[in-house]
Amino acid sequence: MLRLEQRPEPSRAMQIATPIIAVIATMIAGGVMFALLGSNPFTAIRIIFWDPIFNDVVASYTRPQLLIKAAPLILMAIGLSFGFRANVWNIGAEGQFIMGAVVGGGTALALYPYESFIVFPIIIVMGAVGGFLWAMIPALLKIKFNANEILVSLMLVYVAANFLSAMVTGPMKSPVGMGFPESRNFNEYQSAFNSELLSNTGLHFGVLAMMAAVVVGYIALTRHLFGFQIRVAGQSARASRFAGVNPNLTIALCLGISGALAGLAGLFEVTGPASKLSTNFPLGYGFTAIIVAFLGRLNPIGILFAGLLMSLTYIGGELAQFQLQIPAAAIQAFQGMLLFFLLGVDILINFRVRLKTKGVA
Amino acid sequence: MTPLLHLSGLTKAYPGVIANDDVGFEIQPGEVHALLGENGAGKSTLVKMIYGLVRPDSGEMRLHGEPFAPTEPREARAAGVAMVFQHFSLFEALTVAENISLGMENPPENAALSDQIRQVSANYGLTLDPDRRIGDMSAGERQRVEIVRCLLQNPKLLVMDEPTSVLTPQEVDVLFETLRKLRDEGTSILYISHKLEEIRTICDNATILRLGKVVGTCVPSEETPKTMAEMMVGTELKTPSKRPYTPGPSLLDVHDMWLQSADPFGTSLRDISFSLHAGEVLGIAGVAGNGQDELLLALSGEERVTNDAIKLKGENVGNLGPNHRRLQGLLAAPEERLGHAAAPDMSLTENALLTGFTRQRLTNRGFVKWQATRNFARAIIEKFDVRTPGTENAAKSLSGGNLQKFVIGREIMQRPDVLIVNQPTWGVDASAAAFIREALLELAEQGAGVIVISQDLDELMEISDTFAVLSEGRLSRVRSASGVTIEEIGLLMGGTEVDNAAA
Repeated sequence: MLRLEQRPEPSRAMQIATPIIAVIATMIAGGVMFALLGSNPFTAIRIIFWDPIFNDVVASYTRPQLLIKAAPLILMAIGLSFGFRANVWNIGAEGQFIMGAVVGGGTALALYPYESFIVFPIIIVMGAVGGFLWAMIPALLKIKFNANEILVSLMLVYVAANFLSAMVTGPMKSPVGMGFPESRNFNEYQSAFNSELLSNTGLHFGVLAMMAAVVVGYIALTRHLFGFQIRVAGQSARASRFAGVNPNLTIALCLGISGALAGLAGLFEVTGPASKLSTNFPLGYGFTAIIVAFLGRLNPIGILFAGLLMSLTYIGGELAQFQLQIPAAAIQAFQGMLLFFLLGVDILINFRVRLKTKGVA
Repeated sequence: MTPLLHLSGLTKAYPGVIANDDVGFEIQPGEVHALLGENGAGKSTLVKMIYGLVRPDSGEMRLHGEPFAPTEPREARAAGVAMVFQHFSLFEALTVAENISLGMENPPENAALSDQIRQVSANYGLTLDPDRRIGDMSAGERQRVEIVRCLLQNPKLLVMDEPTSVLTPQEVDVLFETLRKLRDEGTSILYISHKLEEIRTICDNATILRLGKVVGTCVPSEETPKTMAEMMVGTELKTPSKRPYTPGPSLLDVHDMWLQSADPFGTSLRDISFSLHAGEVLGIAGVAGNGQDELLLALSGEERVTNDAIKLKGENVGNLGPNHRRLQGLLAAPEERLGHAAAPDMSLTENALLTGFTRQRLTNRGFVKWQATRNFARAIIEKFDVRTPGTENAAKSLSGGNLQKFVIGREIMQRPDVLIVNQPTWGVDASAAAFIREALLELAEQGAGVIVISQDLDELMEISDTFAVLSEGRLSRVRSASGVTIEEIGLLMGGTEVDNAAA
């Protein structure tokens, strides 16, 4: 029999190795699933992981998509990772993403058709404010009444989605949209449009913001007292209070940062790739960002890679759906496996597997 | 005569350590047998094997001459082995009878069980009301619940792990009465402790463990505590020499301090007043759960009190947080090492930063000076003889004694004016404990004021200049430690005569 044995210290080698093991295990289990669905597993895996980057036929379209999809995931995951390290569980990044888009995008719609270089900075700030304020609701309820932030932030996702619906069927409905439940298209409004900075790269302002978040996040986490205090708060509430960390401030900061970054992600998404507010705008990026945060070990550099990987499975998954007629649910199951294996093999960091020696009676 | 329990060749290895190495001894019927040893000597592992919680790698156990290899506690209990753990497993919101019923295989009707409980507790002089709620009971009373729970099974062998660590001296006397009665009725008792006076009082024979091996046996009544301690440690022990105490200027004045405990089963502090002077070691005794944690939190700044309730060198600091108080010279080391004084999964460097960053200036505009922090951690490790491979090892990888040396060292190295420590040598081996006490005395000698909150009376008698007792959240008057007897302290700890006995 196999037996788990606690390691005296967490293994550093395993901390690096487990994500790789998880990806390989996902490929194997996913391959079996694809085979059972009647597709060639090797082709499916190749289409998902290889073709989006290297296949000449599709890569010109998929390569820019890689950054476009990864940017919001990474931006949000970095924000979430601070909270997750401090045991502040913001599950509602999706709602903050939507509210960032609604508030920032709504500001742009209000300013239309005023053209000025100042418009874009204003709506960026408003996007961050929208996400921030939405995240302050669970923060204040937690601080004042010890309400569970997991439930509150999650429920607020549905509130935000319905608020978005109300907006795009009401005040923000496009006057030229022929009655569809969607806003004016932002690519008709030059000052507010988040255009591609270099053509065919997918590089837009949101990608720049994401890169800045990775760098700032990394420095804050490893070099700054703030990152240290957050890590202490997550490990032991009593030790952090002993170290003089204010627990309420930590809750507010963690939710505030993740909310603001999610709002930013929403703003860049709505004014760029999505190009309009509509009932179809929420795509679940806020939930996927949770997976990305953990896949990246709550470390900004890790999150960068995890976000790119996750983006790859999205794009590759779409390709596989299209080319092999693999059902969308199978692709979601495949992504689910990735998280499952990642969390599963995590145990190897703190435990090692031993063959059980027979116990002596 | 067949021994009740016969152990031979018991070996149990964990990764990196052999907890028990070829351990063997016998317990006769009606014998109180002491198992003696420092922390980490392997006492717990051994009793866990007897109680079926851990299976030995090799070796043999015989009960009444029959092979005995329990695979789970239920089997051990069925064979007549009962155990009272150091940490109670009781639900505070339930009554005595409900708690006992929960632990039974086939609990009788409530009324019948209550009768049984009353009967057993009357037989053995353990006053216990089956309908009381655990949350309202003292540690001593809770222990009675655990003992009665065991006695209801008519055990042949009762294992007791550090039973007196939570008791007042008077409660210890009651416990010993019970144990003697049990022994006279033929029940054997395996008594685990490192309190040598107690072992001399109650135990017929002793087996001494060191680093997992049996290093000797003795008849405790024929030994002195010192000779037994030296068998335990394996070397000669030096006791710190006490220096004469002349009170310096007042450093810390606490006046009329109240604190509502944040924990529903905690103890609120009521009207605490005392002064601490330069060069003074103030010992604060008391049974666990009488407000020790709350007192440390209020003094360290983790909990705020009214601003003028605490004066540090004349300045009001009652509503300042821990880091402001540190900057002004007031440092603390809480009781719980892992999870309060130190973050378990963090390295020693990071744990040095935990309390050291303000006073040691380990940050620059919020950016951590990691090299300076590492140097600080290394200095603590060297000066306080912390046994660890390096500064990057996790706090939880250190033994209790080494981590405690690190925690105390971290505060002392910051040259505090006032240092408050709670249970500085709890669960620490004898040599580390001696080292820590020596360091505290040295700090006081250099002119700092030191408050030692402890439940170990011997320790307090050894190092305190002045002395007070914390009982139900109130502090007795501070009196000189010289001339206090253990009996007087015991009465104070029991909560009686807090006001007049101190005079």
